[in-house]
Amino acid sequence: MSQILTKDDVLKVAKLARIEISSQELEDYLKELSEIIEYVKQLEKVDTSNLKPTNQVTGLSNVYRNDQVLDYGYTPGDLLDSLNKIEDSYVKVKRVIE
Amino acid sequence: MWPSLKDLAKDLRNGQVKSVDLVNKTFQLIEDNKEYKTIISVQKDSALKKAQAIDEALKSGHKLGRLAGIPFIAKDNFLTIEGYTTAASNVLKNFRAPYQATAINLLEEEGAICVAKSNMDAFAHGSSTENSDFFTTSNPFDQERVPGGSSGGSSASVALNIAPFSIGTDTGGSIRQPASFCGIVGYKPTYGLVSRSGVIAMASSTDTIGSLTKSVSDGILIMDIISGQDKLDSTTLDSQYKVDSKRITKVKKARIGIIKEYLDYGLDDSVRKGLDLTIQKLKDQGFLLEPVSISSLPLALAVYYVLCPAEVSSNLSRYDGLRYGYSDDQSKDLEDSYFKNRTNGFGKEAKRRIMIGTYVLSSGYYEAYYKKAQLVRTKIINDFKEVFSKYDFLIGPTVPTVAFKKNSKNSPLEMYLNDIMTVAANLAGLPAISLPVLMNDNLPVGIQLIANQKKDNELLSLALEVEEILKS
Repeated sequence: MSQILTKDDVLKVAKLARIEISSQELEDYLKELSEIIEYVKQLEKVDTSNLKPTNQVTGLSNVYRNDQVLDYGYTPGDLLDSLNKIEDSYVKVKRVIE
Repeated sequence: MWPSLKDLAKDLRNGQVKSVDLVNKTFQLIEDNKEYKTIISVQKDSALKKAQAIDEALKSGHKLGRLAGIPFIAKDNFLTIEGYTTAASNVLKNFRAPYQATAINLLEEEGAICVAKSNMDAFAHGSSTENSDFFTTSNPFDQERVPGGSSGGSSASVALNIAPFSIGTDTGGSIRQPASFCGIVGYKPTYGLVSRSGVIAMASSTDTIGSLTKSVSDGILIMDIISGQDKLDSTTLDSQYKVDSKRITKVKKARIGIIKEYLDYGLDDSVRKGLDLTIQKLKDQGFLLEPVSISSLPLALAVYYVLCPAEVSSNLSRYDGLRYGYSDDQSKDLEDSYFKNRTNGFGKEAKRRIMIGTYVLSSGYYEAYYKKAQLVRTKIINDFKEVFSKYDFLIGPTVPTVAFKKNSKNSPLEMYLNDIMTVAANLAGLPAISLPVLMNDNLPVGIQLIANQKKDNELLSLALEVEEILKS
C-alpha cells in the first residue's frame, strides 16, 4: 500500500519537533501518521468558499488590561525556585556554540 | 456513598461530621480502592492540616464557604501548590508547581480540600488513560475495561465513591466520555466560562474545565464556584454568563433536536436503548423532540485531529527541559539537550500528536490542512447556529459504545474515533453534559445534552429536569 507520507516526511517533522526516532519507531509512526493524515484528508473535498477561518469561538478580541503590577501572592523568586538550574536568577543551559 | 454536597456541607456546619474524619475517610478509600489505580499522588499532610483548621473555625462559629471541609480530587493537570503536578507525564514526574490553578483557588476559597491528584492520559491525550506514562486506571464496573479518558482517574474515583467530587478538563470529550463510561455526571462548560490559568495547556482553543459529580445539582454547585471571569485568563467570558445556582430554573417546555448524524453511526445496542429511553421519557413529559440534521458534524473529528495536534505541538514546545521538567544531564550541547530531553521525556502519544501538529503546520501543508480545518470549523459553527435558531437543545449519545476493553484499540486512529460525538461541542465552544441513563450488562450508558454558547444555566436547568425524569 502506498503511504501518504514518506519516511523522509516523518524524519523531517521529528527533527523539526526535536524528537529522535529509532528505525522501528520510524516504521510505526510512518504507518500511524499516514493513517491519520489519510483520515483528515477528507476535509479537502469540503466546499469552504465564502467562509473565514475560525481562531477564537466566543467572539472576544483585543482584551485589554491596565498596565500595572498586580500581586498574585507569588514573587519572581518563587517562580525561579521551581526551575531546574539557575545561577544568579538566570537559567543555566548547556553550551550553545563551540 | 457520599451525601449530596449541600447535605455534606450542612452536616459539617452542624458539627454532625468533622472535616478531619471526611479527609481521613477519603485516604482510607483511596487505599481500599488501590487496585483501580485512579490516583497518582496524595496530599495527606496539607489536607489534614486544612481540615483541622476548618473544624476549629466551624467549632468557634465562623461563617465559612459553601464547601467548607469537603474533600475533592483534582485531575493531575491542575497546578497545585501542595504536592506534585505531573499531567501523568514523565516530563513532569517530579514537578512542583510554583503557583496554583484559579479553579483550585476558587474551590479552596469555599473551603474545599484537595486530597489527591488523579490519573489521566499524559497531557490529556487520549480516551482511556492507557496513554498515562505511569499506569492505566480500571473501570469501576469491570476491571478489564478502561474508565475512559482523559479524565479517567477523576471519573473512576467519583464512581467508586472515593471522594464526593472531582474536577477535570475537556478538550475533545475528556470529561463527558469518561463520565459516560463510569456512570456519573460530567459537565463541559461554554469555552471561556472557567479560567484556564494554572491548567496545563493541551489545545488552547478548545480546552475547558468542568465538574465530575454524582448528580447534576452537585455539578451546578461546583460550576457556580469555579466559573467566572479571571484576570489571569484573558479568554474568560464576562461573569454575567457564569453558572449561577440562582439562575437554575424549572424547565417545563423545550425544543430538543435529536442529532440525526449520530444515530446513523454504528451505535452499541445499549447506547441506542439508553437514548431511545430518554427521548421517550422526555416526550411523555411534553417536551418537543424531533430528529435534526447537522450535515457538517461527520467532519468534526477530522477538523479536531488537525487543529488539536497543531495546538498541542505548539503548547508542548515549552517542554525543552531547560527551565523545568525532565532534563537529561548527559547532553553535550544545547541542541542535543532539546533532542534528549524531549525524546526521553515524552510518551508515544504526545510524540505522535506533536509530529502530526508539526506536519500540518509546516510550510507547504499549512494551507491544505491547518487553514482548511479552520474553515471547516467555521462551517460546523454556522451549522450549529442555524440549528439553535430552531431548537433550544440537542440530544445524542455521549459515546457510540460502552466502556471498551483495555488494549482493544488497534491503532491511534481507532482510538480517536471514540471521540466522534464529543469533539463538535469543543470546536464550537458549546456547553455539553453527559448524564448516566441506564446500566446494560453491568456497564453504564450515558447520553449527551448540548446547548448554544453561553447557555450554561439553561443547559444545567434542563439536565436537572432530565435527571429527575430518568429516575421516575
